Amino acid sequence: MMKKIILFLTAVCMMVFAGCQSNESGNESTNESGNEAKAATVSTDGSTSMEKVIGFLSETYMQDNPNVKVTYNPTGSGAGIQAVSEGRCDIGLSSRDLKDDEKKTLNAQVVAIDGIAVVVNPQNSVSDLTIEQIGSIYKGEIKNWSEVGGEDAPIVLIGREAASGTRDGFESITDTKDKCSYTQELTSTGDVIQTVSQNPNAIGYASLASVKDGVKAISVEGVVPTAQSIQNGKYKIQRDFLLVTPKDKKLSVAAQDFFDFATSEEADELIEKAGAVPIKR
Amino acid sequence: MNKSKTADLFEKAMRALFVLCGFLAVAFVVIITVFLIINGIPAIKEIGAADFLLGKKWASTAAQPSYGILPFILTSVYGTLGAVIIGVPIGLMCAVFLAKPFNEKAASVIRSAVDLLSGIPSVVYGLAGMIVIVPLVRKAFELPDGANLFSAVIVLAVMILPSVISVSETAIAAVPKEYEEASLALGATKTETIFKVTIPAAKSGIVTAVMLGVGRAIGEAMAVMMVAGNVANMPSLFKSVRFLTTAVASEMSYSSGLQRQALFSIALVLFIFIMIINLILNLAVKRKKR
Repeated sequence: MMKKIILFLTAVCMMVFAGCQSNESGNESTNESGNEAKAATVSTDGSTSMEKVIGFLSETYMQDNPNVKVTYNPTGSGAGIQAVSEGRCDIGLSSRDLKDDEKKTLNAQVVAIDGIAVVVNPQNSVSDLTIEQIGSIYKGEIKNWSEVGGEDAPIVLIGREAASGTRDGFESITDTKDKCSYTQELTSTGDVIQTVSQNPNAIGYASLASVKDGVKAISVEGVVPTAQSIQNGKYKIQRDFLLVTPKDKKLSVAAQDFFDFATSEEADELIEKAGAVPIKR
Repeated sequence: MNKSKTADLFEKAMRALFVLCGFLAVAFVVIITVFLIINGIPAIKEIGAADFLLGKKWASTAAQPSYGILPFILTSVYGTLGAVIIGVPIGLMCAVFLAKPFNEKAASVIRSAVDLLSGIPSVVYGLAGMIVIVPLVRKAFELPDGANLFSAVIVLAVMILPSVISVSETAIAAVPKEYEEASLALGATKTETIFKVTIPAAKSGIVTAVMLGVGRAIGEAMAVMMVAGNVANMPSLFKSVRFLTTAVASEMSYSSGLQRQALFSIALVLFIFIMIINLILNLAVKRKKR
């Protein structure tokens, strides 16, 4: 009995091993032939805020070019920049500007503009703030909603984790870098929206594209965040979405073609669909 | 004759396979330990062990970064302690009920519920905590915000229940019946018997259960990240706090340079904590055997 079981187990093991091996060799052969002839791959890696934009662009691009596969790895701006500089992907995606030492080896091309909306709970009567007020609120100098024309309630500051591209964009525009006294530091846009929609005293920030029904986007210095107000620069809290490419290395044919497509006028409609704002031409 | 020879060969081959698999597990532990030490030491050296372990300010991305992880260490310790204080009594009494049920039907329902509880992924605990417990804590204590150490403690207390319950149930059920019968024969009530005879007799098993719970609580990241607020404050019951685990998890994907190395150092500290817990666990198990 025991022996039978052991025999069976060994047989299973062997089959699994054999399966693995044949799979591996299968993959390799398709890859080899693919690089030259058919299925070329364009790998993108980086900002989680750019997921929708890249998703819409790559989907349409792959429909028009069925033999090219565009992949996207949502790792965050910093990781994406690192990946492209180490040659682990074709195009890096960043929602923050390149740092000086990164600019030495990398090029950045604006592909779309992202408006960062300041969101409050729909029950909140405040609907307009100046950048200065927002800055003071996040620095903890204004602690109560009544100081900015709302009800008498403490302000709950919701933000993102230290290295988030959205946080970086928001803090550099509102001049609150490293000075924010957050109540919560959440790790995703969805968490921010969720938390603000549940707490009547909360204020948060998120990409305009991800603002949903549960929260109210307030106007900044009288300008409501919309595609127009972001494109013409009237809405102040905005940042660029960048395609990052290496300076010293040429892109592969497929990657260059996708890059051209993403930055062409053709892409504008898709970028709008994805909730971001196309660049002005 | 021939048959026994092949069987012999087969036995030998299997023995080699078993030994190999056994050493594979050891190899993983060694690899992880070496990896953590190699990656964790440089940042501690650069920052300075005292500044790193006892520094009260963590600002890894600031223009002048400071890397003090005392808030994380204390938060993890307090959070785990809190979870044990709330979770262990509940778990222990539940285990007593399961080991000495006066209603078999109820016991089997509870047992399957506990099994289910242990199978729930931590992200689901976090989600439930975020949507139910955080607003509840905010309203109950009239706080501006409910994401704080207290919410995390409650979530962790629920999360450690399954391991506390199942291990202490086994320990309690293993107490020889004669002990209890003797106690009852001497005129002790059932409650007295449970608290003065059964539980003390099952002590080392219960210690094991508690340490398993501690291990789970201190290593939990996902659920805690969703309810604790994640601001690097010095811990206080109703303040937003960051645990050792969440400190690593929330910054790892973006970090670079010294910040990244410091995150490895935090992981090393966490690893040492877990090692200490395992050591205590081993001692408890050994004492039981004696």
